[in-house]
Amino acid sequence: MAKIKIEDLKKIKERVQAENALRHGDRRVRVTVHMGTCGIAAGAREVMTTLMKEIEEAQVSDVVVTTSGCMGLCSREPEITVEIVGEEPIVYEYVNENKMRQIFRRHILEGEIQTPFVLARGKEQP
Amino acid sequence: MEELSLHILDIIENSTRAGAGLIEITIVEATDHDTLMIEISDNGSGMDEETLGRIMDPFYTTRTVRRVGLGIPLLAQAARATEGSCTVESRVGDGTRVTAEFRLNHIDRQPLGNMGETMATTIAGNPEVDFVYTHRIDDESYRLDTRELRLVLDDVPLNSAPVITFIRNDIAEALAEMKNRSRTGTEH
Repeated sequence: MAKIKIEDLKKIKERVQAENALRHGDRRVRVTVHMGTCGIAAGAREVMTTLMKEIEEAQVSDVVVTTSGCMGLCSREPEITVEIVGEEPIVYEYVNENKMRQIFRRHILEGEIQTPFVLARGKEQP
Repeated sequence: MEELSLHILDIIENSTRAGAGLIEITIVEATDHDTLMIEISDNGSGMDEETLGRIMDPFYTTRTVRRVGLGIPLLAQAARATEGSCTVESRVGDGTRVTAEFRLNHIDRQPLGNMGETMATTIAGNPEVDFVYTHRIDDESYRLDTRELRLVLDDVPLNSAPVITFIRNDIAEALAEMKNRSRTGTEH
């Protein structure tokens, strides 16, 4: 039986705990990756993987990631919603790995909305 | 969908939306029997008989934002294309079990694809849900239980980025090792 590498996981835990001790701060951004059948078929999983790698590389802990279902605009998938606390949510369309990196670095980290990729502003209807 | 691991991600997302607290994913590859079995079971809200009866209908969905429900029909089609089958069992209040069987070496079988990414994505997006992922290839097996990971992690969230990377890599490495060992095993 292949075993989970518990020792490695313990090291990760210690590293994350040490990093978090240096920071204060609550959640600043919530990113929702739309993970319906349509989103998954269009590449939402790869978008999510890119997002998690960016978060790890930037060493930020105030960005929360979640998934949601389809909101009915299947032809424009993959879609993500970026909600910065106190600001209007922004829905991006046709996201791919490169766009995800750009949205993360420019919008999520620096607050600059990436207008060419925007589908809509405002709260999505579940 | 181009790989089975994407179908699996889709079915798991259904389970999370049915309010499941525990989702078990089991994959069994049996070279001798030429079968690949995928089972996803959850303890979510389950479905009544009417809903269950229409589950294979691509034009049926419980959602209101669109008129098609393709997740299960696409999985069933992928299974049938390999002379396999797909069944869904469900009881209101108990949960749901989706089982799909494929002929392992059928020319039309989609590749399993990246299970590490599928599990990492679903755990990252649903940190309040527990997952048990079991994968067997002949005599080799791998098991990941998020309840065990939580015990090790203490106050570190399961969905923190370094933990998600760990999960993604651990699955990828374990599956590659298992594949290697089972291949050398059959040569002797």
